[in-house]
Amino acid sequence: MVVSLNHYLILSAFLFCIGVAGVLTRRNAIIIFASIELMMNAANLAFVAFARHWGDVGGQIFVLFVIAVAAAEVAVGLAIIVALFRHKETVNIDRVNILKW
Amino acid sequence: MIDLRALNPYFGIQTSDSKIPAIRGMESLLFLLLAATSVFAALMVILQKNPLSAVLFLVLVFFCLAALFVLLAAPFIAAIQLIIYVGAIMVLFLFVLMLLNVKRGEEGGFSLLKAAGIIVPGLLLVVTAALLRSVAIPADSGFARSAPSGLGSVENVGRNLFTVYLLPFEIAGFLLLAGIIGAIALAKKKL
Repeated sequence: MVVSLNHYLILSAFLFCIGVAGVLTRRNAIIIFASIELMMNAANLAFVAFARHWGDVGGQIFVLFVIAVAAAEVAVGLAIIVALFRHKETVNIDRVNILKW
Repeated sequence: MIDLRALNPYFGIQTSDSKIPAIRGMESLLFLLLAATSVFAALMVILQKNPLSAVLFLVLVFFCLAALFVLLAAPFIAAIQLIIYVGAIMVLFLFVLMLLNVKRGEEGGFSLLKAAGIIVPGLLLVVTAALLRSVAIPADSGFARSAPSGLGSVENVGRNLFTVYLLPFEIAGFLLLAGIIGAIALAKKKL
């Protein structure tokens, strides 16, 4: 077997789908965040694999931007979770639906 | 059917390293090992009841992906992955987890949403696999050519980052500033 772009893309798709499943099935806000990080990393893997395939460094630079966005997202998201926990004493998103109705 | 080889101006240039069978075999072995470990760890992330072990399994996924980045000729991105993701983002996760002292057993039982949460990603995977099959990326030939020398080197990444991608780089810095301000504003005692 020779490792090709397809193998990396299939691995990336697997990781992304596992992340989607985590977001949809889990109710713990922190694990939902972890699943979102998993999806971003699946996208990063596809970026780097394409950068390797085309021999172009642009894909790798986009990974840097994805990491920057992920860092900003985690900072704000975890601050929201801490603020929620302070008000509601829970991180279960089923109990945090005041904006829903 | 799209033949990606026709679009690739560099196809056909091969340097010597990928021709050596031993290196190729080693690469395949490493890829399989890392892929299996990362998929297993990713499954454990969403199956673990304890959020602490879920986050630790996520760290394992990030380590495997960093190793895959090295295989893909991106050593700088691999280092950044370890330093920022594992060193900063996951530490932030663990910090918040320790701070909150979340009680276990808050997951609900079986529900329609959970069933959808298993079916939808499964369908997504099938669609992606079908899409990959329909695009004629040369499947068993490995990557079309060896990586150009210094593809993922610090010099190459840095030069492109500060010339071609300068504006996105500045915008990313501004986004991080906004993130810092948002986090500080949210962390105040009174919202």
